[in-house]
Amino acid sequence: MKELINSPLVHVCLTLIVFILSKKLQKRYKSPLLNPILITVSVVILFLLFTDTSYADYERNTQVISFWLAPSVVALGYALYSFLEEIKADFRKIVLSMLAGSLTGIISVFMTAYLFGASKVTMISLAPKSVTMPIAIEVSKEMGGIPSLTVAFVIIVGVLGAIFGQTYLSLIGVNDPKSVGLSLGATSHALGAASISERGPDFSAFGGLGMALNGVVTAIFAPWVIKFLLLLLY
Amino acid sequence: MILIKQVAIFLGLWLLGELISFYTHLPLSGSIIGMLLLVVALEFKLIKTRDVKEVADFLLNNMALFFIPAGVGLMCHYHVLSQEWLPISIAIVVSALLVMTVVGLIMKKRS
Repeated sequence: MKELINSPLVHVCLTLIVFILSKKLQKRYKSPLLNPILITVSVVILFLLFTDTSYADYERNTQVISFWLAPSVVALGYALYSFLEEIKADFRKIVLSMLAGSLTGIISVFMTAYLFGASKVTMISLAPKSVTMPIAIEVSKEMGGIPSLTVAFVIIVGVLGAIFGQTYLSLIGVNDPKSVGLSLGATSHALGAASISERGPDFSAFGGLGMALNGVVTAIFAPWVIKFLLLLLY
Repeated sequence: MILIKQVAIFLGLWLLGELISFYTHLPLSGSIIGMLLLVVALEFKLIKTRDVKEVADFLLNNMALFFIPAGVGLMCHYHVLSQEWLPISIAIVVSALLVMTVVGLIMKKRS
């Protein structure tokens, strides 16, 4: 029985079933707090603690799932390509806002964490927090952060943006689909984009664009910015 | 067979990205280089949309699932989170507000 519980079959089954159920739960109650990732991660952790299984075992057993993370980053190229005409039409403005947003995100989270006494590895893990998860994981891994810590930060930023983003943006007078979509997508990735879908397809399309572009810009610039800031501070 | 070919394209681009990353020492992971290669290949019609569409949709729609194993790794970092929750929370909130403000105002001002 012990061998069965600690097997790829059981761990993969558990992960898939809990993930499917939590997706259904979110669809039914539409609360951004019922994030499927948040729920699945919590349930799996409880299961591992309860069955006295180490994370190393779970990680090895679920490689069949995590293997597809990198190909899904490659697939983002397909999403980006489908937005190419829209990007070309408004090229300079969009590029400027995404560059500024990405740099602001990396530098502000890094410096604020530093000022309030976070450790170096926490700061690096925080740096890609606004980016879509697979890219954030890759940046974190590349720079010596802790990928699973980055995952938690990405989820927190996503949930925050989904709950408070629209209210804040209308407070500073940002209401058109392009501006709202790009800023929420750039701040809170897929969760931000999904949170504005009921305002119209153009809102969520620009949300997706903001997520994809901020992801690419951050993937390209974050490693250099982080290296520079580390040299400056340590 | 179509799906296998599409999967092979994605894995091939990933592998190509890994090789480029390895030989050029760029601080970019192989998968991110693979993503950029895919945009270029689609734009220059080296790869047609229909050669990647089904698998791309599958991967993009289920992305959340693929990082669950990484997320579960959180259980190993309980001590970091409990020790540094204050700087982490402040940094995340401040930074999220700044990013929204910067992107929102630039887009609004020039539109």
